[in-house]
Amino acid sequence: MSTTETTASGIGPVEGAELYNVDHPAPLIEAPRRRTKKTPKSTRGNFELAAWLFMRLSGIVLVVLVIGHLIIQLVLDGGVSKVGFAFVAGRWANPYWQVWDLAMLWLAMLHGANGLRTVINDYAERPNSRLWLKGLLYTATVFTILLGTLVIFTFDPNIR
Amino acid sequence: MATPVLDKVEAEASASPYITVTFRIRRFNPEVSAEAVWEDFQLEIDPKERVLDGLHKIKWDLDGTLTFRRSCAHGICGSDAMRINGRNRLACKTLIKDLNPEKPITVEPIKGLTVLKDLVVDMEPFFQAYRDVMPFLITKETNEPTRERLQSAEDRARFDDTTKCILCAACTSSCPVFWNDGQYFGPAAIVNAHRFIFDSRDEAGEQRLEILNDRDGVWRCRTTFNCTDACPRGIEVTKAIAEVKKALITRRF
Ligand code: SF4
Ligand code: FES
Repeated sequence: MSTTETTASGIGPVEGAELYNVDHPAPLIEAPRRRTKKTPKSTRGNFELAAWLFMRLSGIVLVVLVIGHLIIQLVLDGGVSKVGFAFVAGRWANPYWQVWDLAMLWLAMLHGANGLRTVINDYAERPNSRLWLKGLLYTATVFTILLGTLVIFTFDPNIR
Repeated sequence: MATPVLDKVEAEASASPYITVTFRIRRFNPEVSAEAVWEDFQLEIDPKERVLDGLHKIKWDLDGTLTFRRSCAHGICGSDAMRINGRNRLACKTLIKDLNPEKPITVEPIKGLTVLKDLVVDMEPFFQAYRDVMPFLITKETNEPTRERLQSAEDRARFDDTTKCILCAACTSSCPVFWNDGQYFGPAAIVNAHRFIFDSRDEAGEQRLEILNDRDGVWRCRTTFNCTDACPRGIEVTKAIAEVKKALITRRF
């Protein structure tokens, strides 16, 4: 398909008769799934299976964790007004709540990150924008997970 | 005396089944312009006729350059799937009266595949995905069979729904995941893999499952249900995809 004809001007006459004719039809968009040199040999593997399964399972666990969290923080014992430094320090003194919050942090972040990954796969059209969006996503995810984990484990209630 | 005559005239007028319908067709001709345009056609048509009859009237009487595919005209060859009033349907199975003929009836090519001319798209990527799932019987016994491969009625019923596919591409081209980059296998390929994976006579189910375990295989399905809504054969497409997913998971764990 020759494209040399169209380099002169992007805007042709309205009728377009001079721009395209039987010998020089308008260029077609490359068809999807065409085997090109860039097509990878095989993209099989169990990663997508694991990711899909993880979404269902973590979703179920998160419903319990998040609703429990919201009830404790916002409803019981006078609601949101009671939440302060002392309240958080008191809860994290108990390893049970540490594990709860840690599980919630990891599951929610991975669940959300994987969800956004699929959104990027579905909506980003150019390989470059995919690369950048995913890079940003993974960086933000790793940063948040590491920072949150660090805080839960090294939290010092006597800090002044 | 005058009344009956009037009645008769009125009856005759109302007996004429024809109504005026506007067809708004998405036209594209790469030999004229790189842009697709809408073109309106007015025609007299019986509302009990089908959209395909309208397209025929246009092609035969109004504009011979209108290009579309059709073969059987009775909903079995799968060549005339198109986007009619924003939904994928077979033109030969869609009656005018079911479409609200007061408004213009829009007819577009199916989405996600390269348009070649007017309503004709390049089906090659669709059939490539179809071929990729090996839609034929595979057995370990490679000798020529000496007798029929028998199967119980229950075993046959297991995949009955997916045998009905006519490869019209209405499902695949209604899938938003396929619209994006067209790398997803698409519902039709999975339906046709399902037809063999769950066939008790076939012995390559494992291989087909492996093929669909691809990055662009069944896991890209978002259960949008567009495919089930689009299928002119009434196949429960999303259910078939879910069954393949389930088979993949239970096979592993
Ligand atoms: S599953 Fe239905 S919509 Fe999809 S190609 Fe087959 S007949 Fe057409
Ligand atoms: S023309 Fe064969 S399915 Fe419509």
